[in-house]
Amino acid sequence: MEWETVIGLEIHAQLATRSKIFSGSATAYGAEPNTQADLVDLGYPGVLPVLNGEAVRMAVRFGLAIGARIAPRSVFARKNYFYPDLPKGYQISQYELPIVAEGALEIVLDDGTRKRIGITRAHLEEDAGKSLHEGLPGVSGIDLNRAGTPLIEIVSEPDMRSAKEAVAYMKKVHTLVRYLEICDGNMQEGSFRCDANVSVRRKGAEKFGTRAEIKNLNSFRYVEKAINHEVERQIELIESGGKVVQETRLYDPDKGETRSMRSKEEANDYRYFPDPDLLPVVLEPEVIESLRATLPELPDEKAARFVREHGLSEYDAGVLTASRELGAYYEDVARRVGRDPKLCANWVMGDFSAFLNRDNLEVGEAKVGSEALAGLVTRIVDATISGKIAKEVFETMWDSGGSADAVIEQKGLRQITDTGAIEAAIDDVMAKNPGQLADYRSGKDKLFGFFVGQVMKATGGKANPAQLNDLLKKKLAG
Amino acid sequence: MTAPPSLPAPTVAGLARGLARGEYSSVELTQACLARIAAGQPALNAFVTVTGEAALAAAAAADAARAAGRAAALTGVPIAHKDIFCTEGVKTTCGSKMLADFVSPYDATVVKGLQAAGTVMLGKLNMDEFAMGSSNETSFFGPVRNPWDPTKVPGGSSGGSAAAVAARLAPAATATDTGGSIRQPAALCGITGIKPTYGRVSRYGMIAFASSLDQAGLITISAEDAALLLGPMSGFDPRDSTSVESAVPDYTATLGDSLEGLTIGLVREFFDNGLDGDCGQRVREAIAVYEKLGAKVREVSCPNLPLSVPTYYVVAPAECSSNLARFDGVRFGHRCDSPRNLADLYCRSRGEGFGAEVKRRIMTGTYVLSAGYFDAYYLKAQRVRQLISADFARAFGECDLMLGPTAPTTAFGIGEKNDDPITMYLNDIYTIGANLAGLPAMSIPCGFAGGLPVGLQLIGPHFSEARMLNAAHRYQQETDWHLRVPSAWA
Repeated sequence: MEWETVIGLEIHAQLATRSKIFSGSATAYGAEPNTQADLVDLGYPGVLPVLNGEAVRMAVRFGLAIGARIAPRSVFARKNYFYPDLPKGYQISQYELPIVAEGALEIVLDDGTRKRIGITRAHLEEDAGKSLHEGLPGVSGIDLNRAGTPLIEIVSEPDMRSAKEAVAYMKKVHTLVRYLEICDGNMQEGSFRCDANVSVRRKGAEKFGTRAEIKNLNSFRYVEKAINHEVERQIELIESGGKVVQETRLYDPDKGETRSMRSKEEANDYRYFPDPDLLPVVLEPEVIESLRATLPELPDEKAARFVREHGLSEYDAGVLTASRELGAYYEDVARRVGRDPKLCANWVMGDFSAFLNRDNLEVGEAKVGSEALAGLVTRIVDATISGKIAKEVFETMWDSGGSADAVIEQKGLRQITDTGAIEAAIDDVMAKNPGQLADYRSGKDKLFGFFVGQVMKATGGKANPAQLNDLLKKKLAG
Repeated sequence: MTAPPSLPAPTVAGLARGLARGEYSSVELTQACLARIAAGQPALNAFVTVTGEAALAAAAAADAARAAGRAAALTGVPIAHKDIFCTEGVKTTCGSKMLADFVSPYDATVVKGLQAAGTVMLGKLNMDEFAMGSSNETSFFGPVRNPWDPTKVPGGSSGGSAAAVAARLAPAATATDTGGSIRQPAALCGITGIKPTYGRVSRYGMIAFASSLDQAGLITISAEDAALLLGPMSGFDPRDSTSVESAVPDYTATLGDSLEGLTIGLVREFFDNGLDGDCGQRVREAIAVYEKLGAKVREVSCPNLPLSVPTYYVVAPAECSSNLARFDGVRFGHRCDSPRNLADLYCRSRGEGFGAEVKRRIMTGTYVLSAGYFDAYYLKAQRVRQLISADFARAFGECDLMLGPTAPTTAFGIGEKNDDPITMYLNDIYTIGANLAGLPAMSIPCGFAGGLPVGLQLIGPHFSEARMLNAAHRYQQETDWHLRVPSAWA
């Protein structure tokens, strides 16, 4: 039996505003519990919410970036349920009239084809606090620092057909919100997380299967694992004669499985209604247009430009634009070198990214800045050093600092381009290896590589490879 | 019982003049109020908390400010606040066991505004629990009694405010009005009450009952007093998104304007079968006074107004069911003893903390918002609400102010309507319309029926408080109903 997986994601991105969505409290992560919660966040009697305009602007920028319709009038609604980390007994969210509707993003599949993922809506809402159980035997602690942090919930269409597609889409959104600087994207701190709606159906079936919602996935790896596990579970269930029930499930990363949290019957009736404490958000076209003017070049546009203007492959352009910082770094290197953008791209994607990974650093924390890397690439382009020597220079720059020129000078790594010096080295090697020379001259062409290696060894790897090649060929020919 | 010495002037305006002339100090005036409160409390139960020491300290500070030449119009005038307004460091109970020990960490914007204007707070006034009631019988702190007849209710929910001012325990009081909670008790206690336009006064720090209807206002002796006190309470508040950015006029400046050419609309639907004959007669006598003052009187109609009570009893409970969810025993307010688990904590804290009427409305509200019922109740009620607003807007095309009775009857007996919530709800039949439409409205005394006060209601277009106060003041220049004091409290 062939099965098809159907996935929709609800991504929650914390907006990078300085204060909360309805109060003046700070949103910084990691403060002592309950030190960033004022009377509004605590839901004290008599307090009222006041909307943070910056959160609205960020949501609009997101909507514009996904080509969505920005609602001229959107309305905050109350989602009513009881939970200790929800101080008011309701969450202020948007329900019938969200601020962003009908957008889309494109993801690139493994075979290089592009796929459009529809985005049904994106709405503003406040985050809840956190319940803490560790170190508090017998009781639950409530930390309301996160209560009231602005979120944008991005709801996709059920357009994804595999866990890989879901991850590709989630990464795309992750890249986008960081490009827009509306979310720090920190998944460990919960700034970017998602719920996955997963169902399976027989290939060719028109109707969707019954879905399960997997809550609170906060890493790309968990999303992939949780979905794959859930798909397996559902298929096994159906194939053994069972039925999938609509329910909310939790992913347990330690056990690598999902388990039921609550069934549809146990689900809350949220009793949504418009929040009478807040006026509708009315956005005039001029306001929307002025926000459009603040959008940066978006990842897809930037990648297309790298292909068009720099002659990069689509793959390279995709890698370089996966983060705004990496794209900017590459572009600065390429601009400073002024030639051979492909070489610049290789360095940024190659040694530079490898060293970042090795030391677990962000682009902004790199030990070799774009100006320094441009200096190094320039020396390859102008033949001062070979690509191979450049790797050694780069490592020294990364570990000990200094410009490429300083390292080359200090270590005497300048390439030998003086014909006489190279010829002398060749003569010396030929004299020391008469047997190999005779064999070469009697037709063993493969020994050419041996001679290159010997000369390079003698010159400490500094002989200009192209020159060496030419001269060696002539000399060996006799 | 012998009444304590009366206050040295009949109104806030008079007291303010006396203070300005140095005829008495704020400390002396405050002491006089405190003495009357002490004498009145056993009989009337108008106060939940009396802040005597703080009041005397504030009065002394007011006197010092006056001596230093820094006195404003209301400096040193004692007033009391309905216990729905948060007052920093002072118990704010909202008439509920749920908040019986709640000390607010902050002041409501209304409290701050009146404090900045120089008034002295005497204490916090009894009220129906969470402002839900029309008789002040739902208070956890016991019913308030009507100074005109202690076997009768004072009306509600601002029953403490109305009784305190009617008995002259305080010369003025703040109050709130969600469906008539200022005007109905003002009518039943024979004093003046004003509910401003929705958005005129900040709701910040006023414990929410039904957010789209709640509005803070005043219970005073005269319209002039209301004009004096309304200014400092009003205006845009950055902490309340529903407060309106519209300039606050000097409401006292236009009090004496002529009513020549003013068109008063008699709302046909207000003179229905439910209106007591004598009450209706008093209202008609008041109309004659207005005609004498030069106003033109014509009939207007708001055909959907009879739907206001059922509409209100969907919208208000819906909002209240959500607004009162925060009282969960977790962060403040009543918490049950040794909860076994979370559900037990919620159920018992709320079960013990809320009274029967509050529970009834939470359940009604939860029901009308539930999946499957939302459209039939909440959504339909919102549509009717729009129709009622449209009726008013159309009628204000034909008149400048509307006039009618405030309540269908005079004060009823304590306990008389407790068994039938619907009969109780019908007491607000003439007042609810203004809340649904967000309109400013007043009740002023217009005589007596069977020895009990009758109220006359004025309703104006949005932000027409000045015009309404002007009309009320001119009427009070012609009559002295507002100055009548129950003999026991004279």
